[in-house]
Amino acid sequence: MKDKEVPQDNEGLLEGKLREVCYAVDDNGNYVTVLSTGWMPKNAALKQAWADVNDKIEETKQNVSAGKLSPLAYYMEKNIMNLRLLSQYAGIPKWKVKRHLKPRVFQKLADETLGKYARALDITIDELTNFEANLKKER
Amino acid sequence: MTGNKDIIIDFKHHQAAHCENGAASNLLKHHDINLSEPMVFGIGSGLFFSYMPFIKLNYLPVISFRPLPGIIFKRITRRLGIKITRERFSDPAKSMDRLDEALRNGIPTGCLVGVYHLTYFPAPYRFHFNAHNIIVYGRQNGSYLISDPVMESPVSLTKEELMRVRFAKGTYPPKGRLYYIESVSESYDLKEAIIKGIRNTCKDMLEIPIPLFGVKGIRYLSNRMKRWPKRLGKKKASLYLGQVVRMLEEIGTGGAGFRFIYAAFLQEASKVLNREELMQASHGMTEAGDKWREFAVISGRIIKDRAGSEESYESAANLLLEIADREEKIFTFLKKLPLN
Repeated sequence: MKDKEVPQDNEGLLEGKLREVCYAVDDNGNYVTVLSTGWMPKNAALKQAWADVNDKIEETKQNVSAGKLSPLAYYMEKNIMNLRLLSQYAGIPKWKVKRHLKPRVFQKLADETLGKYARALDITIDELTNFEANLKKER
Repeated sequence: MTGNKDIIIDFKHHQAAHCENGAASNLLKHHDINLSEPMVFGIGSGLFFSYMPFIKLNYLPVISFRPLPGIIFKRITRRLGIKITRERFSDPAKSMDRLDEALRNGIPTGCLVGVYHLTYFPAPYRFHFNAHNIIVYGRQNGSYLISDPVMESPVSLTKEELMRVRFAKGTYPPKGRLYYIESVSESYDLKEAIIKGIRNTCKDMLEIPIPLFGVKGIRYLSNRMKRWPKRLGKKKASLYLGQVVRMLEEIGTGGAGFRFIYAAFLQEASKVLNREELMQASHGMTEAGDKWREFAVISGRIIKDRAGSEESYESAANLLLEIADREEKIFTFLKKLPLN
């Protein structure tokens, strides 16, 4: 890759926080570093990964609204976590987390447990328990 | 513990393409060993390829263009006779005390961290990835001063933030891992280190007797890729392809799965060892890198057009075969090249 060909396909994915170092060849055939704001293929791949995450979040949101899953499931997906990861961050055994995804079990959870989940998911207990009300606010 | 006195170590931040090279290169420079990122990468034998479809991360097969995290740092320090300290912790508070102690002693300290809770990082890049490297070089107004090799300038994290990323959960949890250079050897043989680095990469790329690694791994991926649309369906096949592109381009590779950094290394090495043949190999590597970019462009188009015709998978896979042939030629040439 020539230094002048280092792509600058800025699609805002780096949020202006940094440009990435790329190695490329200058006119004299020497390797130099050039800063890049992005490139089409990697932008596409990154957006694809997020689209997949967002699909899962949307699907879970509907399942929560339909009473099939507890709000915990929604926030787990929103944090790109699975049972194992949420269990590790909250310090609650996996089998218990799995039970807490059931709306009926979730409703009976003590504040202490809810607090553990809230901390793990970077939300307040209120956000976790008043799911429908908060979701309306989000819209 | 001695309160919260400010500590600022005179540490120069240099941006790098890849965090592990960058962390190593910056730490070495602090000890007056001026080696560029490509040199660190080459001597540390950072170039690799592996495809392990039966191991999944986030439901996608594991593919990598570099060896396991930590290996580059281990190899370069060993080859330059540098003494390092590496520690892991089960207790977060202890790990922070240990970091503070190192800072008080004026030692810039490398930390392995998870990216997901890294507050200064762009949100679209914050996945649960646990092998990021940063250097902590001080403490000011209760915040830690951070040289993150992929950032353009230094950043900072609060104690809570730093503790959280050092104890990220999930695959390969960092467990508060910290490392620093204890002492450097007065005389090290740079030429010898370069040669060892090249030999090691030749072995990694050509001789591992399992078809998942090196050039054989690239061919294996090519064969599997041809069957992706039929076997996985269009959506999943496209996600698999996206995974390849992300590993190839996204996580600080300097472009084309580290191939350009390696070409830059071979160029520098040809000057140090005064060997024109290494310059030829560098050109070959640049061409291989350009082919990887071509592959990324085709893949990018398939990903964008969610349909993704089978024909394009075929052409992407065929490009991989061509790349494997090219890289095999380069490393066979390097392997046979008498360098000592």
